[in-house]
Amino acid sequence: MRMLTSGNIACAEGALKAGCRFYAGYPITPSSEIMEYMALKLPKLGGIFFQAEDEISAINIIIGASWGGLKSMTATSGPGFSLMQEGLGYAIMTETPLVVIDVMRVGPATGQATKSAQGDLMQARWGRHGDQQLVVLAPSSPQECLDLTVKAFNISEELRVPVIVLSDEIIGHMRETVEIPEYVKIVDRRITEDLSMPPFHSDNPREAPPMPILGRGLNIMVTGSTHDEWGLRDTRGFETHFKLVRRLVDKIKLNAEKVFEYEKYNTENSTVGFVSFGSVARSVKGAVKILRGRGIEAAYVNLKTLWPIVDDPIIEVAERVKAIIVPEMNMGQLVWDVERIVGDRCIVVPLNKVGGGEPIYPSEIVSKALEVIK
Amino acid sequence: MRDHFAAKYLRVELLPTSFCPGCGNGIVMNAFLKAVEELGYEDLKEFVFVSGIGCSSWIPNPYFKADSIHTLHGRAIPVALGLKLSRPELNVVVIAGDGDIASIGLEHLVHAARRNADLLVLMVNNMIYGMTGGQQAPTTPLGFETSTTPYGNIEKPLDACALVATAGANYSARWTVAHFHRLKESIKKAMGRRGFRFIEAVSPCTSHVVRRLKIPVSTYIKQLREGSVLIGAEEGIGKIVIGEYADRDEEGFMERMHKYINRLRG
Repeated sequence: MRMLTSGNIACAEGALKAGCRFYAGYPITPSSEIMEYMALKLPKLGGIFFQAEDEISAINIIIGASWGGLKSMTATSGPGFSLMQEGLGYAIMTETPLVVIDVMRVGPATGQATKSAQGDLMQARWGRHGDQQLVVLAPSSPQECLDLTVKAFNISEELRVPVIVLSDEIIGHMRETVEIPEYVKIVDRRITEDLSMPPFHSDNPREAPPMPILGRGLNIMVTGSTHDEWGLRDTRGFETHFKLVRRLVDKIKLNAEKVFEYEKYNTENSTVGFVSFGSVARSVKGAVKILRGRGIEAAYVNLKTLWPIVDDPIIEVAERVKAIIVPEMNMGQLVWDVERIVGDRCIVVPLNKVGGGEPIYPSEIVSKALEVIK
Repeated sequence: MRDHFAAKYLRVELLPTSFCPGCGNGIVMNAFLKAVEELGYEDLKEFVFVSGIGCSSWIPNPYFKADSIHTLHGRAIPVALGLKLSRPELNVVVIAGDGDIASIGLEHLVHAARRNADLLVLMVNNMIYGMTGGQQAPTTPLGFETSTTPYGNIEKPLDACALVATAGANYSARWTVAHFHRLKESIKKAMGRRGFRFIEAVSPCTSHVVRRLKIPVSTYIKQLREGSVLIGAEEGIGKIVIGEYADRDEEGFMERMHKYINRLRG
């Protein structure tokens, strides 16, 4: 089915297609359409929609629902996303599958609620205390909102980890034709029905252990404290903690190739390259066309996975071009990755603009490129 | 120990508990499990226990031989609610302290009561933050010295039972661990009810309250009994009011949710 719809609605449709049957959230601009759509649709599918008293409650409610066995999600924006960080850390530590959609707006603090920005990139990756990793995906069109929300659920279920879909106000409110497939490939979490194997251990570091659902009489202990492979708290031991966090971090790192998704354009004659994500990636494509019209070949990498990142596509561009420009609707976050990955292969130039929902226009990217390659 | 009535409900291999000598958690645990036994449960398979961060949150996790989820500080009620909504057939019981339920997690308590959400919350109130070293809690009595009110507490304590009753809970009651029989009977009554049920058990923190008072814990427990008055009796200053603050049988949130979904599903 083809539908003219917004990125936010496409996210919600993607969640329903992926099998999400539990939504808890708190209204916040510019993400509320996701919540309203779930309120309309979920009860008709026998699912649960719940409006929580705040975002702290919302994230913890979906943790409870996920342990009850339902695919669960919430959606929010900056201020609410900040409030959810402790809960996300708990979900990582307890290996709770869930999906959080953050439709970014201008921050910090209340900032500009209705205006687009990309300032939550680092928070999405590193917002929790302690050693932790999760998966961050970034759509740059309503179609990708649908596709990547499905993917978010699948990764979350497979790796038993929270997955963040990092959208932004431009993408969330943009309307485009979205192909809604009748069927999508769905991954369901593996569930353990007995305790023949410890529920918090996996011999294969790439795999999450099968999940013991609560309320099935297995006498499972779940805790956000450091725990051994049986779930028993160990608040003192070095071995238990190091083994646990190493497994949780490795689970993400070792699956980087599997999770990483990007779009790339590169030619032998490229003199300049761009690395971007989300709504800005659209302007980059426009800029590349304009430059080509002027006889300048430019390469780009549009990241659809913001964590974990595989370096190779960016390195391949860096080896051809004089400079990589990193346009972002923030004061410079993705540029740190690009500088780290590129090293001294070429120069890396940030292009930052944020506030009032002003997009980075293709013409601005073109001007920067011309200035850099001059 | 293995012959004790409670052994079938406990991970006996983890005993003795790590609670301080004289801690009221043992009495609360005993009252809860006695209630469960008298109601005829052979094991705890129909229950899932949810707790937070604090000494009393260790009662179910790890000591109960049951499914339990030990959540973030203050967030036991939302996790319990998510679990109950996803698995309505389960008996979801929250056991947590006054810091968890009445301070950092108070918003969740009020809204769960307002919704009359089908949960049983057992709040063990030791009137202090025990695990972190005896700091003032929202339940600490006026004038009491703690490690963060070294010259006396200038705040009045919160009456969580009255708050919950006003917000719309079906059941709300306060007892002390010196009222073992009443506490146990109250737990039994609450377990048979729908909607939101809240029981507060006032309990001694031997390490941080009783020690400051420089009295034996037996004297403190005696004071809990003698210093308590039933609701409606003359309420003197410094007295602990015990009794039932709400005792209703109104439709709970889960029933409304169930009807709502059934109506829409067609």
